[in-house]
Amino acid sequence: MTAELGFGMTVVALVLAVYGGAAAGIGARTGRATLVESAQHAALGVFVLITACFALLTYAFLTFDFSVRYVATNTNLGTPFYYRITGVWGALEGSIILWSWMLAFYTVIVVLRHRATARELYPWALATMLGILAFFLLVMTVAAPPFQRQMPVPADGRGLNPLLEDTGMITHPVALYLGFTGCTVPFAFAMAALITGRVGDAWLTLTRRWAIVAWYFLSLGLLIGGWWSYHVLGWGGYWAWDPVENAAFMPWLTGTAFLHSVMIQERRRMLKLWNISLVILTFSLTLFGTFLTRSGVIASVHSFTQGAIGILFLSFLALVLLTALGLVAWRWEALRSQGDLDSVVSRESAFLLNNVLLVAAAFTVFFGTVFPLLSEAVRGVKVSVGAPFFNQVNVPLFLSLIFLMGVGPLIAWRRASLDNLARNFLWPVVLGVVAAAAAFFLGVRSLLAAVAFATAAFVLATIVLDFGRATRARLRVGESLLPAMGGLVRRHNRRYGGLVVHLGILIIALGVTGSQAWSVQTEMTLRPGEAAELAGYRVRFDGLTAVEESNHFKVIGAFTVSNGRTLGVLRPAKKFYPQEQSPIAYVDYRLGLKEDIYLVLGDFARDGQQATVKLQVNRLVSWIWIGGAVLTLGALLAILPDRRAAA
Amino acid sequence: MKPKFLVGGVVILIALGYMIWAGVTQSAVYFVTPTELTAAPVAGKAYRLGGLVAPGSLKWEPRTLDLSFTLSDGTATVPVRHKGTPPDLFGESRGAVVEGSWVADGYFRATLIMAKHSEEYKAPHDSSAAGYKELIKTLRGDGR
Repeated sequence: MTAELGFGMTVVALVLAVYGGAAAGIGARTGRATLVESAQHAALGVFVLITACFALLTYAFLTFDFSVRYVATNTNLGTPFYYRITGVWGALEGSIILWSWMLAFYTVIVVLRHRATARELYPWALATMLGILAFFLLVMTVAAPPFQRQMPVPADGRGLNPLLEDTGMITHPVALYLGFTGCTVPFAFAMAALITGRVGDAWLTLTRRWAIVAWYFLSLGLLIGGWWSYHVLGWGGYWAWDPVENAAFMPWLTGTAFLHSVMIQERRRMLKLWNISLVILTFSLTLFGTFLTRSGVIASVHSFTQGAIGILFLSFLALVLLTALGLVAWRWEALRSQGDLDSVVSRESAFLLNNVLLVAAAFTVFFGTVFPLLSEAVRGVKVSVGAPFFNQVNVPLFLSLIFLMGVGPLIAWRRASLDNLARNFLWPVVLGVVAAAAAFFLGVRSLLAAVAFATAAFVLATIVLDFGRATRARLRVGESLLPAMGGLVRRHNRRYGGLVVHLGILIIALGVTGSQAWSVQTEMTLRPGEAAELAGYRVRFDGLTAVEESNHFKVIGAFTVSNGRTLGVLRPAKKFYPQEQSPIAYVDYRLGLKEDIYLVLGDFARDGQQATVKLQVNRLVSWIWIGGAVLTLGALLAILPDRRAAA
Repeated sequence: MKPKFLVGGVVILIALGYMIWAGVTQSAVYFVTPTELTAAPVAGKAYRLGGLVAPGSLKWEPRTLDLSFTLSDGTATVPVRHKGTPPDLFGESRGAVVEGSWVADGYFRATLIMAKHSEEYKAPHDSSAAGYKELIKTLRGDGR
């Protein structure tokens, strides 16, 4: 019953989405408001139907309805309550529902927010969004139906991929997908702008905040993904340049570029073509990422390999790109800039360079990710480039970007005078040099780390300088310190939100630099009572115990950690899931601001008399998560409604 | 002002192109099968070798962390040595991909081992559960 109902609702939603898209388009073209209204109702209907599908699937998971194939493959009687809910989007079919549901949600919000305010652009944006929604519903109907029946009904299901049994899995896909689908809104308005020929600032003003919302969720998704990788996967790292990670990182890079180039168009009426292109590129990259990870063209640790769906996504991507580029060509004349760049030393140039570098970074990530395919097609040999390639090419790009983070917000528009440069950058540069020297005297011998610290100090100084000056100006007109600072942040929330994001990026960069430069590790086999030593820590093996959990068995090692005094006991484990061929490692760690102690149980003797462990002391990794929190706070601040307009 | 920006753009493009080229040549890893590798092994070149862990070939010395096994593709076999714990999902008669280089002494030195995760559906069966139960019993008996 559940399966048939769910499938039926999917088909109805598909029909409604197709109808709504067509109605909105025709309504916009002929100016018949009733058609657009009808499309709005269709959009609402689609949202309600997908919500019902999602609820139905969740219900099937909660009640162990193994007659539904998707439920049976992703849950079993032992799966705990929380993971039965996250199991809903634990694999391909469910993740497509989640995606469609969020897209429908965004569509409804677009209807509610913009139907009265953007009469010309809105119907076309609605048509675009419903069209994209129709594609995802088509995937749900044809290629990856979540409500497929299974006969005979198995007594128990297979169970969720054990690696996904983690609290990070509640938030990571949700945040990431809200980010991916959020990129659809700016794209829809960009299409509307191209179709109506209103390629001025109206669509940018409408979508600016949407772009920040999408960016916020993408960042959050990437950060939680890194945290999951660090504390679940047990290899001691947070970023592996895995195709799935790259798929999410590319739209983040181009999205970041867009958030910056928007400001140039607002201020100088330049880069219209560039902004439209960035929005198209960002949206296409979200589709490409899904294609990459869901089609199995590139083997990845966590791709849900599926064949047929790849063709669908590739065709849709081609359709989107051809339509968008065709529209751009059609509006070519209108997209030409009205302003011109005056000087190489100006804020425009800094932003332009920032954009070029971000897109270059996105390109290198893209190139490295598809390299195996390229080399096979061109030379017939399969060659891959791994993490060293990505690091080698991207480190200089990112360091330059961080440097520009200090320059961009302070340098003058149009043409910066020597006086302007000296006033804004003399002290930051001095501080940067001092930081490099201090790092050298403190024993930092890595050139890269020294450069990173100098750059970070420079940028930090510019942020403090900027905020300090603005606060002082307010103090002079008689405000007291805290209200002055608060008022400043509230009234110029976009600017200071941006600066807080910059601060977050700086902190993350420090964490990445530190962990890359100074982390150490060792691997040892210990008998009870023996200890491994690393970086001043002693890790003594006390013994093994075993427990039985609802859906797996667990062998737990006890290790006493001390550095002169006892710090505590770490209990890394190995989990044995009956449905899996091999055990899964369960990491234990002790996080610290300076360093984390990270312990993985490798192999062990069945009599409990021997255990092999991998011990890592990872430096400054916690700052990545702290920086991430700062970054998301900054993005939230920037999303808040603009107070200047209201005041 | 235009020429300056053009020159800047060209300089950035050349630098980027050079970095990508250098990055690719320095970190390219060649995918090979045991047959391809044994046909023309180049010492020092980075390879990613995929095959099946030959039954009876797996040796693991926990005290010294020496792991050795043979990777086979049916026609050729390559002896592989590695320093470190075998990863989860790794075992005899299972697929594995190793990254490393060929050593002139006649073996493959792996710096990284990736076990291949089988996608096929596998129903939980009682024998493995019984095995785990026994394991728990042994461990409990020793622990208490």
